[in-house]
Amino acid sequence: MIRLEPRAAPSKLMATLSPLIAILLTLIAGALLFAALGQNPWRALRVYFLSPFDDAYMRAEVLVKAVPLALMGAGLAVCFRANVWNIGAAGQFTLGAIGAGAAALFIPAESPFAMLAVPLIAGALCGMAWAAVPAALRTRLGVNEILVSLMLTYVAALLLDWLVRGPWRNPRGFGFPQTNAFPDWAHAPILVEGTRLHVGAFLAVAAALGLGLMMSRTLRGLRLRVTGGAPRAARFAGFSAAGDVWFALLLSGGLAGLAGALEATSTVGRLQPEIGAQAGFTAIIVAFLGRLNPIGALLGALVLAVSAIGGENAQILLNLPKNVAGVFQGMLLFFLLACDALINYRPRLVARRRA
Amino acid sequence: MILRRSLLIGAAALAMASGAPAAFAEEPLKIGFIYVGPIGDFGWSYQHDQGRLALEKEFGDRVQTTYVESVPEGPDAERVLRQLATSGHKLIFATSFGFMDATAKVAKAFPDVKFEHATGYTRADNLATYSGRFEEGRYILGVIAGKTTQSGKIGYIGAFPIPEVLRGVNAFTLGLQSVNPEATVSVVWANTWYDPGKEADAARAVIAQGADVIAQHTDSPAPLQAAENSGTVKAFGQASDMIKFAPTAQLTAIVDDWAPYYIGRVQAVLDGTWESQDHWGGLAAGDVHMAPYTNMPDEVKALAEETQAKIASGELNIFSGPISDRDGTERVAAGEALDDAAQLEMNWFVKGVQGDLPD
Repeated sequence: MIRLEPRAAPSKLMATLSPLIAILLTLIAGALLFAALGQNPWRALRVYFLSPFDDAYMRAEVLVKAVPLALMGAGLAVCFRANVWNIGAAGQFTLGAIGAGAAALFIPAESPFAMLAVPLIAGALCGMAWAAVPAALRTRLGVNEILVSLMLTYVAALLLDWLVRGPWRNPRGFGFPQTNAFPDWAHAPILVEGTRLHVGAFLAVAAALGLGLMMSRTLRGLRLRVTGGAPRAARFAGFSAAGDVWFALLLSGGLAGLAGALEATSTVGRLQPEIGAQAGFTAIIVAFLGRLNPIGALLGALVLAVSAIGGENAQILLNLPKNVAGVFQGMLLFFLLACDALINYRPRLVARRRA
Repeated sequence: MILRRSLLIGAAALAMASGAPAAFAEEPLKIGFIYVGPIGDFGWSYQHDQGRLALEKEFGDRVQTTYVESVPEGPDAERVLRQLATSGHKLIFATSFGFMDATAKVAKAFPDVKFEHATGYTRADNLATYSGRFEEGRYILGVIAGKTTQSGKIGYIGAFPIPEVLRGVNAFTLGLQSVNPEATVSVVWANTWYDPGKEADAARAVIAQGADVIAQHTDSPAPLQAAENSGTVKAFGQASDMIKFAPTAQLTAIVDDWAPYYIGRVQAVLDGTWESQDHWGGLAAGDVHMAPYTNMPDEVKALAEETQAKIASGELNIFSGPISDRDGTERVAAGEALDDAAQLEMNWFVKGVQGDLPD
């Protein structure tokens, strides 16, 4: 059987090259997959990786798709680094959209608060409030935050569903589950005319860079890394584990809430049952692709955005079913994580022992 | 229905024969579909994809179809629609209500591409809407239920209290009471379109309350299977013929058949006669048809067939007055029928329906 053993000194060069090797391996395996399906491999690979850059609209769409992934991925990277497992970013995202929706739908246009910052802040606060539940239960009662944050995702989805089918439903919408469209002041400004690229792109870059600096340059960052990596050492150093749990969950919840508020005020423009909360689960992969580094999450978000859009284009241009896109994305992630594993560990054949 | 179909096929054959040289010289018409679910859901998206396959069969080389499946009704839809338009698709079917805003936006940006949106209400010069009068089928189910029930209690599993579902409940109840005035309908909201576990629970609950016929307006075969397992309760399939899930319990099923509409619209584009419209077809147009009538006595089957023929011919309008809601308010006067606008906004129950109705 094969056993993985830790390497004494992982190679710095290989660590840097690992994502490139992974992408190369994906290209080779992908070419084989497409050839097996009777496609021209070059054309198929071109559609997957390059068609999302074909024109200005598609390039903007890569960023539009990446914004919520990057915001949530950066927050989750910090959270996971602190060994706090917030699996419920999708729920915090939904609450963010609800908070933004409440502000957008109920603040009258003539009010001094009728400006975009208000729904965005409301969304971030609602996301934090949703994340505060697993934080409180974990620090007070020792309840596992994975379960609580995940379960609250479903509660959030049902809450949104109830609001858009019940009290917040558009009275002139023929009974369909939607609120009114948000007023003009509650729409995120478009950065490039003719595309959907909105100001959220700046916020995502700022959040990733800010968190990157925080992790590497501040005492808070050091504490989170020590708490996550060596909890006993953190206790000896007098760091409050409860404080770090609260910080990690509120930070990632707030960013997820902001992502939800941005999606509601930009691409969707109203509340409805489906607002793209699935990105909260994809963001977990983004955080790991970025090696739990907030700036890496920015790149991870771009990679996943390209592969998602490439997958849609493959359905349209090559008539490939959606499942093939899923297989292809799975290969990309598999090779990325496998390369990382082999940098830190070495496989060794060992004789099977008899029990 | 048969007449209309053969006319369509005749027209297509004529066009093929007369325009054959031109047709081969021209590029095929590219037609795009976006589905909210996977094509393998055996319900809503599956039936739309059957319509797409019917187009390929009907028009052969003259069309080229593309589909994108499992597109969430959120931020991604607009990009997918736009990409379909950019890549040369000239006729695009958006097959779920939640694609409405995105379709309207993209239609505005691509005035020379024609869009068709299922079940919505936003239209434009290049954006048509279409849906099916499935409630015509539900009236027939009501007639069958009225002749089948012993206990006089019918259980009805509804997805959500929206006008589409309320129309179905009312049509069913009116059909039921046309043959069995004392029978009542208990509506249970499953609050989901597709969740076999919840749907089965709801079915078992109404059976426990004494219902011996179950109707459903949710998409999975689970209520039907619950009826099958009970051994005595009868039920109806939804959206497609589900007889294989309940060989002894299914009485019939309402089948959504999009093929006639899709073929007609593609033909219109090929002929250059396509115009934006709001199509709402039922039994007469062939958009809705009934699965074989099974597990019932011959006289009930004959009555069901007679009712179906009367609705299809226009002799019977299912929402003709007098109709009162369950609070006693008159909704349709004698000698009149409910117009389409009032049907689209329906938010009341007819007499004989039990169950919650949120405001």
